[in-house]
Amino acid sequence: MELYSGGEILIRALKDAGIKNVWGYPGGAALHIYDALYRQEDVHHILVRHEQAAVHAADGYSRSTGEVGTALVTSGPGATNAITGIATAYMDSIPLVVISGQVPLTKIGQDAFQETDMVGVSRPIVKHSFLVTRAEDIAETIAKAYYIASTGRPGPVVVDIPKDVTDPSYKVPYSYPDQVKMRSYQPTDKGHRGQIKRAVKTLIQAKRPVIYAGGGVVLDNASEQLTALAQKLNFPVTNTLMGLGGYPGTDRQYLGMLGMHGTFEANTAMHHADVIFAIGARFDDRVTNDLDKFCPHATIIHVDVDPTSISKNIDAHIPIVGTCTSVLDEMNSLSEQMAIEPDAEAIAEWWVQLDQWRADKGIYTASRYEESSGNCIKPQDVIKMLYKITNGEAIITTDVGQHQMFAAQYYLFDKPRTWINSGGLGTMGFGLPAAMGCQLAFPDKAVACVTGEGSIQMNIQELSTCSQHNLPVKIINLNNAALGMVRQWQDMNYSSRYSESVYEDSLPDFVKLAEAYGHVGMKITHIDDLEEKMRECFAMKDRVVFMDIDVDRSEHVYPMQMPGGSMRDLWLNKTERT
Amino acid sequence: MKRIISILLENESGALSRVVGLFAQRGYNIDTLTVAPTDDDTLSRLTLTTQGDDHMAEQIVKQLHKLIDTIKVVDLTVGSYIERELMLVKIKATENDIRAELKSCVEIFRGHIVDVTPQTYTVQLAGDSEKLDAFIEAVRDMGIMEVVRSGVSGISRGDKFLRV
Ligand SMILES: Cc1ncc(C[n+]2csc(CCOP(=O)(O)OP(=O)(O)O)c2C)c(N)n1
Ligand SMILES: [Mg+2]
Repeated sequence: MELYSGGEILIRALKDAGIKNVWGYPGGAALHIYDALYRQEDVHHILVRHEQAAVHAADGYSRSTGEVGTALVTSGPGATNAITGIATAYMDSIPLVVISGQVPLTKIGQDAFQETDMVGVSRPIVKHSFLVTRAEDIAETIAKAYYIASTGRPGPVVVDIPKDVTDPSYKVPYSYPDQVKMRSYQPTDKGHRGQIKRAVKTLIQAKRPVIYAGGGVVLDNASEQLTALAQKLNFPVTNTLMGLGGYPGTDRQYLGMLGMHGTFEANTAMHHADVIFAIGARFDDRVTNDLDKFCPHATIIHVDVDPTSISKNIDAHIPIVGTCTSVLDEMNSLSEQMAIEPDAEAIAEWWVQLDQWRADKGIYTASRYEESSGNCIKPQDVIKMLYKITNGEAIITTDVGQHQMFAAQYYLFDKPRTWINSGGLGTMGFGLPAAMGCQLAFPDKAVACVTGEGSIQMNIQELSTCSQHNLPVKIINLNNAALGMVRQWQDMNYSSRYSESVYEDSLPDFVKLAEAYGHVGMKITHIDDLEEKMRECFAMKDRVVFMDIDVDRSEHVYPMQMPGGSMRDLWLNKTERT
Repeated sequence: MKRIISILLENESGALSRVVGLFAQRGYNIDTLTVAPTDDDTLSRLTLTTQGDDHMAEQIVKQLHKLIDTIKVVDLTVGSYIERELMLVKIKATENDIRAELKSCVEIFRGHIVDVTPQTYTVQLAGDSEKLDAFIEAVRDMGIMEVVRSGVSGISRGDKFLRV
């Protein structure tokens, strides 16, 4: 029987788990593993410039493909640098396996060089974690890690491997388990049939229904089933920030995003709904606004694969624990079997009302901001241009701030897994490395990172990774010369006292910076140049292009829910509210 | 309301810290916690007491269930159950009349005096938490030197059982 070292076993197990790409950064405790990587060709390693970026890139890879992303880091600082990436994935339920080197077993607990209790440090932000103590256990642990990460409610799993466990001088036989069985972990699949029936009946009787669909629909690849159900019933749909693309953004029945920066029509419809069908969404505080004032008339049907999400913030009248796909499949077939039809008259009336709201105050029926002119480029117009030039077909990643919200509002996503953002944790610095992950997965697709001059500087070093690994992402920097979202809150709540949200002329020349990394830099300061330059940018298919676009510094994101209000209590612009 | 939650947990390293961490992370209090292996040494049995309304108890049970290492979780307080806790109390007992009073008190509570010195009596007592509380009140004025409680262990009454 052939024998392998722990390092070799790890790499073989990754291959057998179907893993083609690993994002990582080497260091002492991981060197046996890196040596095993060097001596094979099945698993491709992408060297990043910071471990946080390795995890975000694996995350972007996962979000865009639906596969589990993988990152590999060393112990101590490598592991702690990965933490923000892990927390980001955890909040958005992204399946990742993060493998960390650890000091040798014999040194654990001795404050050894580069020792950090990774299992302990990561505990509150992982779905699960393992400390592997024997080379013999590596393959099974890896199989379990991928199984846990990708099933049920997905999430990141940490596998911490002490250096002596991968020692090349200790060799053992290798075998990868055919299947994983764990008595303590059996994720729910199908929802309760009786409950699903009740849900369908309730939906059919609804007069003012809203389908409120979240990231779970995207994660579970349930968009088609959702679209089929919504269209069969002729019900309006709103997506959460995480759910964008889960229902086609250009469809007539789509009301736009809901929540803090959601559309007037989506938020108002929710408030007046008599039935809310929540699927793969979790009634996050950035959606509901004040819980006591939340949707006072609604019967709530809540489908989620994670029972802890149900009735956590808002009590569900009809709770259903199951995967989005299986529950929607069941609902689709039940709604066909059941002889009754939705109340067409009531639904038609509801649509009259919804269309009225759209026409009155929607952001898609008219521009609700002053349009760009001359050197005053509106960030919204940049996103609209981006949409136009990419035909709405690009994969868009974002960082966090105003630019993120503008992108969410004005780029209409027709397909799932094309909108990639850190919704739950709101991690500045996510956008560029996530874009690298998407670009690796889809080398022929346009991948654009919509960012701000604040966020991009949090992981700008990854421009170097893009060169080394030929990842021609496009960077659309909405440069408002400020931590714009912070400044917006300071305008609204702190009488425009801009405490530490401006840089006092310390911003780098992003064009030169891009060029220093061997990329193309563009500076746009006039609205008339935008279209042509952006066309040029996306025509350079094999180059990283950094478009630094000066946008209106005073712009705010609207609509915006008013703190302490109901869903429909919104600022519509700087002076007008509902 | 007091909740007694029973958990069957894989006897794996780190499993207990996940349970404890969950309570800290989600802002739930742990009033008592006991852990020990069972007849099956791959399993640990935990009994945990906390305070909470129905909504909170439901969330706690669901959250515990979500931990990968937990095999079974029940809120014993939903049905009828037996609750036991062990307590050791060291009491200052230098004078004869105190010694006598203490002895009769221990008898009433069906406890045992398990250690004696010229200065002290050490009493062992088992029962539900209320009984132990009552004993402490009864002997409080005699001069309690030290109290050690094991935390609650619980089991459901009747034919129901918690097993893999
Ligand atoms: C790592 C991190 N630190 C701080 C914040 C808080 N924060 C949210 S938005 C924002 C400003 C972002 O500025 P920029 O990237 O320029 O985007 P803009 O809002 O100007 O479009 C800050 C500081 C955060 N989300 N993430
Ligand atoms: Mg900015």
